[in-house]
Amino acid sequence: MNAIECERVCKRYPHFALNNVDLTLPTGTVLGFVGPNGAGKSTTIRIIMGLVHQDAGQVRVLGQEMPAQQVKAKWDVGFVSEDMRLYSHRTLGFHLKFLRSIYPAWDDAYTRDLLDRFELNPEQKVKGLSHGQRVKAALLTVFVRRPKLLVFDEPTTGLDPVARKVILEEMMRVLEDDQRSILFSSHNTLEVEQISDHIAFINRGSIVASQEKEAFMDSWRRLRLVVNGDFKMPSLKQLVESQQSGRQLTLTVSDFSEALEQQVRETGAEIRQVERLTLEEIFIASVEAHQRAARADAKQADENQEIAA
Amino acid sequence: MKTQIVLSQTDDRPIYAQIMDEIKQRVALGDWEPGLRLPSIRELAAELRVSVITVKRAYLELERGGVIVTQQGRGSFVSENVAVSEVQQEKLNRLLQEVARLAATMGLSEDDLRALLSQALKRR
Repeated sequence: MNAIECERVCKRYPHFALNNVDLTLPTGTVLGFVGPNGAGKSTTIRIIMGLVHQDAGQVRVLGQEMPAQQVKAKWDVGFVSEDMRLYSHRTLGFHLKFLRSIYPAWDDAYTRDLLDRFELNPEQKVKGLSHGQRVKAALLTVFVRRPKLLVFDEPTTGLDPVARKVILEEMMRVLEDDQRSILFSSHNTLEVEQISDHIAFINRGSIVASQEKEAFMDSWRRLRLVVNGDFKMPSLKQLVESQQSGRQLTLTVSDFSEALEQQVRETGAEIRQVERLTLEEIFIASVEAHQRAARADAKQADENQEIAA
Repeated sequence: MKTQIVLSQTDDRPIYAQIMDEIKQRVALGDWEPGLRLPSIRELAAELRVSVITVKRAYLELERGGVIVTQQGRGSFVSENVAVSEVQQEKLNRLLQEVARLAATMGLSEDDLRALLSQALKRR
């Protein structure tokens, strides 16, 4: 079963649109959701949470149709986003006591353990907490409930490296139970690369890549070549970028294989190095390629219009 | 069981390969004896704060290489007939290949390399 399924989800705003977003989070896994600012990450997450209603397309969360069945689904979902606030004149302990009265399966020992590891004092009023402490407090109120699905919109933004480590640690502890799943968005590609089983890139309202992490990272390579004057570029299907300086040519491909390496070698080029890419490099190359393609399409459309006129 | 594996962010090898090498090293040194039960994939993922799929890949490849065996429902164990020498041999081969590649780009001859190797042997 999948914890989240989005099929061809669309949402139109005056200056922004989500286009046919497909997203799947298999149960027991982590999906890292990455995209530039304004690409549609938060909108997608809000639709998944039933906070925004899609214009078209299907959304199922823990098997429940969203937004129609959202009350049923949310019992087992924990959601934290950047703009979430706790009552500033109350203590963290007040919030925990309130949640405890709602959720029958509350675990006091786990709550104490989390407070300890997150270094939070339940007696302190929320208004006296630092930004990082507030973020940790909001996340804590979700972790303590042990929901089946955790949805975090930028959970580690504004946290120091030590606090980030504690949060990632707790996220991976959740995954020790193979019935629990996590969707999180982040600008920190290093942490997405580290803990995600699946990765989805979104740009300008469209999913530009969505794949299992190991296969995804494995398929991208940078090839550094030395070529002769008579070199003819082989027709590579998934050539994302090429840069040349004199006889040195650098190719970035998204479907690397030994056959591809052989194909390049057969052109007479000398392969000096084959490098893996970090998720950050893959992300930037994908987004730039997507933007180039969008600009080319727009230009083509303009030209077609001129011809028609 | 905590493995105390330490991963590096500045290492060129992907994370799954680092995990494989760390485990092979423990087996080669005899710290992990044949029959020892490894942590489950999800336990190790939690300990290292890396994705489940990455640990799964490391375990699958270790299994393919005969270093560990996985029994459905029981877990993964250090293989009873793991040839420690093979694990070490494999590491040596990999390092030698790396040396050969580097020497070629530096334009070193075979004799230069031999001389450097005997120097290195004397130093240890």
